[in-house]
Amino acid sequence: MKEDRRVATESTNSDGTPQGNGKMVAYGLVAIAVVLFILGLVDGYDGSLSIHPMDQFEVAPLFGDGPVGLFTPSNVTLLMAATVLCIVALMVLGTRGRAVVPSRSQSMAELAYGFVRKMVEDVAGKDALPYFPYIFTLFLFILFANFLGLIPRSFTTTSHIAVTAVMGFGVFFTVTILGFVKNGAGFLSLFWVTSAPLAIRPVLAIIELISYLVRPISHSLRLAGSMMAGHAVLKVFAGFTGVLGVAGIAPIVGVIAIYALETLVAAIQAYVFTILTCVYLKDALHPHH
Amino acid sequence: MADDATHSAADAAHASGPGMPQLDVATFPHQMFWLVVTLVVIFLILSRIALPRIAAVLAERAGTITNDIAAAEDLKRQAAEAEEAYNKALADARAEAQAIIAETRAEIQAELDEATTHADAEISAKAAESEARIREIRAGALESVEQVAKDTAAEIVAAIGPASADASAVAAAVSDRMKG
Repeated sequence: MKEDRRVATESTNSDGTPQGNGKMVAYGLVAIAVVLFILGLVDGYDGSLSIHPMDQFEVAPLFGDGPVGLFTPSNVTLLMAATVLCIVALMVLGTRGRAVVPSRSQSMAELAYGFVRKMVEDVAGKDALPYFPYIFTLFLFILFANFLGLIPRSFTTTSHIAVTAVMGFGVFFTVTILGFVKNGAGFLSLFWVTSAPLAIRPVLAIIELISYLVRPISHSLRLAGSMMAGHAVLKVFAGFTGVLGVAGIAPIVGVIAIYALETLVAAIQAYVFTILTCVYLKDALHPHH
Repeated sequence: MADDATHSAADAAHASGPGMPQLDVATFPHQMFWLVVTLVVIFLILSRIALPRIAAVLAERAGTITNDIAAAEDLKRQAAEAEEAYNKALADARAEAQAIIAETRAEIQAELDEATTHADAEISAKAAESEARIREIRAGALESVEQVAKDTAAEIVAAIGPASADASAVAAAVSDRMKG
């Protein structure tokens, strides 16, 4: 094991940075995370059981207290900008070395690239690769929005149905239009299950059509629902901490466990959204069963 | 009504108890607008900068790996050739050494044979010479014995009867006795 580790760091640490630097940065990040975490936990503690788990989802303007207009900079704007910055940091700054033997950050960027590209190719086929940049955009946005939302006191843009519905319906309409453009009326054969007996094909067609029309709703609600539920549960547990006093250590342990779970969910939901997009794209490109 | 207008949408949601800010339709256009802006920005950054760069790096890496593997194959082949040449040289040298050994051995054998023959001849010559001398000495010795016998007999005869001493008769008598 030790041997493996040494080889791995050597091959990735190509820019000659001593390994100690990376460790210091990691420790610093952990320290900041701990401080923010504690700040987040003690926030709003007034000694009584008044938990507002949904307050964290409120869209509030960054400056002043006025209503949220179309262009008002709000916490939504801030977190989306942070998402863009993170993506720039990973995908642009991280790969600026263009090294044949990649640095750590370049390795991560290449890993994300290869992961989604392979997913598109495997699920939707080789002819879906022109749409890879769009799918990769969705994947990176959801992934980073989910992770940034896990920072205590921040805001999860993907927990809002308005955001996920735009993406879900965007995928739905794009894929449907693409299906008709590529296959013409042949796209409708998606609903005509030729492998089933003729008698029950009309029934199946209705079921298929309904399930097809429900896709954008389930697609967007799944993401928003998982994000919202996880963060609400975190907030409820954190709220118990204030009431229980010394025994509040129990909910803190619970919060840590749920936080770990939410970290997993953040990545999995980004993956699920992306792979479903690939599946829908496959249906549009190859509607015949 | 006036109160509602002064409150922000978020406050309204808060005031109505456990409402869901997600269902506050007033913020929908705002979120959708910023989402579209964000997605477009991300898409432009990815498709203009990041993706071509990563694709180029991956292609370059694949090319480098292919080249390195080809170079390694080449070097391996060269090493095999060198080993073969080395083995061949070794075998040649061994064969040559065997030939030299055989040649030297034959040479030494020839020299030895010649020396042996020479020595044999010399020895036999020496032996013949010695035999001749021994024969000569032996003949000389016999002759001397007869002479001594004649002289001694003549002396004895002279001592016994000097008058009757006839040297030739004595010598003939001695020769006669020695032959008998």
